Amino acid sequence: MNFAFTPEQEEMRRGARRFLGACSSSEHVRAAMQSPTGFDERVWRRIANELGWPALVIPEEHGGVGLSYVELVAILEETGRTLLCAPLFSTVCLATNAILAAASPSQKNQYLGAIAAGELTAALAVSEPAGKWDSSGIHASARPLASGGFALDGTKSFVVDGHTAGLLVIAARRPGSMGDDGVSLFAVAPNTPGLSRHARVTMDATRKLSDIELRDVRIPSSALLGELGQGWKPLSHALDLAAVALAAEQVGGAQRCLDMAVAYANEREQFGRVIGSFQAIKHKCADMLVDVESARSASYYAGWAAAHSASELLVAAPLAKAYCSEAYFRCAGENIQIHGGVGFTWEHDAHLYFKRAKSSESLLGSPSYHRELVALRTGL
Amino acid sequence: MDLTFSAEDEAFRVEVRDWLETQLSGEYRELRGIGGPGDEHVAFEARRVWEKHLGAAGYTCLGWPREYGGRALKLTQQMIYFEEYARARAPGRLGHIGEELLGPTLIAFGSDAQKKRFLPPIVRGEQFWCQGYSEPNAGSDLASVRTRAVRDDDSWLITGQKTWTSLAHYSDWAFVLCRTDDAAPKHKGISYLLVPMRQPGITVRPIQQMTGTSEFNEVFFENAHTDADLVVGEVNAGWKVAMGTLAFERGASTLGQQLNFQNELNAIVAIAKENGASQDPVLRQRLSQAIIGLRVMRYHALRTLSLMQGGQLAREAMISKLYWATWHRELGKLAMDVLGARSEIAEESAAGTYDLTALQRLFLFSRSDTIYAGSNEIQRNILAERALGMPLEPRSLTAPTAATAKSPEKIS
Repeated sequence: MNFAFTPEQEEMRRGARRFLGACSSSEHVRAAMQSPTGFDERVWRRIANELGWPALVIPEEHGGVGLSYVELVAILEETGRTLLCAPLFSTVCLATNAILAAASPSQKNQYLGAIAAGELTAALAVSEPAGKWDSSGIHASARPLASGGFALDGTKSFVVDGHTAGLLVIAARRPGSMGDDGVSLFAVAPNTPGLSRHARVTMDATRKLSDIELRDVRIPSSALLGELGQGWKPLSHALDLAAVALAAEQVGGAQRCLDMAVAYANEREQFGRVIGSFQAIKHKCADMLVDVESARSASYYAGWAAAHSASELLVAAPLAKAYCSEAYFRCAGENIQIHGGVGFTWEHDAHLYFKRAKSSESLLGSPSYHRELVALRTGL
Repeated sequence: MDLTFSAEDEAFRVEVRDWLETQLSGEYRELRGIGGPGDEHVAFEARRVWEKHLGAAGYTCLGWPREYGGRALKLTQQMIYFEEYARARAPGRLGHIGEELLGPTLIAFGSDAQKKRFLPPIVRGEQFWCQGYSEPNAGSDLASVRTRAVRDDDSWLITGQKTWTSLAHYSDWAFVLCRTDDAAPKHKGISYLLVPMRQPGITVRPIQQMTGTSEFNEVFFENAHTDADLVVGEVNAGWKVAMGTLAFERGASTLGQQLNFQNELNAIVAIAKENGASQDPVLRQRLSQAIIGLRVMRYHALRTLSLMQGGQLAREAMISKLYWATWHRELGKLAMDVLGARSEIAEESAAGTYDLTALQRLFLFSRSDTIYAGSNEIQRNILAERALGMPLEPRSLTAPTAATAKSPEKIS
């Protein structure tokens, strides 16, 4: 029993923090979020080449490093702390997990080596305009063609980095099927005829979301990842893993909000004293600390479960997502409140965290959706 | 990161579980499930026998060093013990104040003679302690204690009043914060005295709580005696000792507390499934939130205990009291809301009595969780000041104006 990171893992975290301090400053984030792609290609190449994050959880036999989710959680806490704008979450935490969970060994070889090398980014398209993240939200259809292959039709929404990804992993179902049954995953090149993608203007500009229109998109049978109609189980597992990853980001963001709030409260003076000397402010910060540290425990436990215990993951993943979402949002909101007027300006970073907190809360499903998953999976 | 228990730890778990199961199915079966929070007043004599039995079997003071009669077990095995104790629904402890608060304090600050005299009977489960800290005018502001101790030849004479003293009526000894120097700044005129409870100068009066039951007491000292050498640490340096004791409150035993919470939550979930509350959309979300909150509490305890194994006393651990107290109070409310209209009915209470159900007592008793052992507001001050380095609250540095405690009304 030792619920702690190893010295090597801590060193990896420190390395991430050093890098992000230099390459994901407020100026970097603001430049990236106002760019059409949403990220700085040079920073992403350095992440791939120098830090190897895209390769982290990909097994060595597929060209990766073969580290565990525990390391990934430590790094994502740091990327969340600095609002890193990069196709890391979409490629590693969503699409790679889906490929790892669903694809055949030869398909894994086909895609994961390029992803690990940073040559290929990928996005996972599950949700649709209604914004649901369970199998009932998948209406896009995959019609088998007499000639072999499939024709995809439908609209995918809330696709993280969908407008820039080099590969799209798309969930669609057999016409007429319902629920978990009939769902399949397909690896689709974005330039396939009939496929169009539209970057949406998002309130949280640090995370780009796209719609993907599928109009009789003809793909070969080799695009099917894993078994036809059996895609929900691996997809559900990949979404659990993505939830763990998002929770880790949320912890980092919440920690940053607490740090900003405490620093400001200890320097801002009103009524002849620093506002951090008022209990009204101190108690808010104390509550933020409770949120941050308890959320961190939830996130680390979920990271351990992702690496070591599939049965624990079933509850730990939605638990961490529900818990860390609300902790982050509360901290981001209190950070603005403690900053007062300046916290409401575009110039101050508080709104970037507030918006990221809100978008992260709804991405992959709301806290109430994840609480319902906990309820179902604990037999309530 | 390894969240599994070693084979050695698992063997220890089986040993503890089997022993408890054997005892609580046999000779001590009537003690199962009694004497917990909100229920501390029952079956004292039987529990006194149980404490000795625990001591004889080596199931007290597991983490203490061997030289003081402990077993020097590592933190994980202490956790396992407390978990199994709670899982078996073994009776609420009487010796825990001596074992968890006084003992570690004596080991850290006591004289050799004090250790030799007081530690062995705690290990044997023969001597029970209570804590004389709070006073009517010294609650959150503990350093304002007015209970006064003056030297008289070879003894101390103690006069004053303590309150919210758990188990005072059953205890043999108390550790008492007394003012021993009125002229000194208030934190520097306090001494930590060990006082025998069974003497004419001490009167214990139960406090009837909102639950209708009485687990806490007022304790009145009227020229109560204790020996001159029963000061722990230096005279007038008792504040430091008392703060040391607070740091000992709840280490590995929090895991056992969480198992008790789990038992309560399980009972509420069972009712919700039976009466349909689990399908009410709002209550279902709240039940899930409670499930999540308790699991997070466990993950957090495991993480902070791992940090403590590394020798750090981490700020991560400081949130625990505020977290669990708030969670538990919400659980009490949830229990009533799940019961709905039936929450009003004291199901087994005969006419003219006020004998509440376990969940009603949980609802009411949990209001004290956010008050005792540092209220939520004090916890937030501590977190802001010690964990986040924010400015200190203004503090009066002078000793309180002394108004002597009133005498107790005689009770028959």
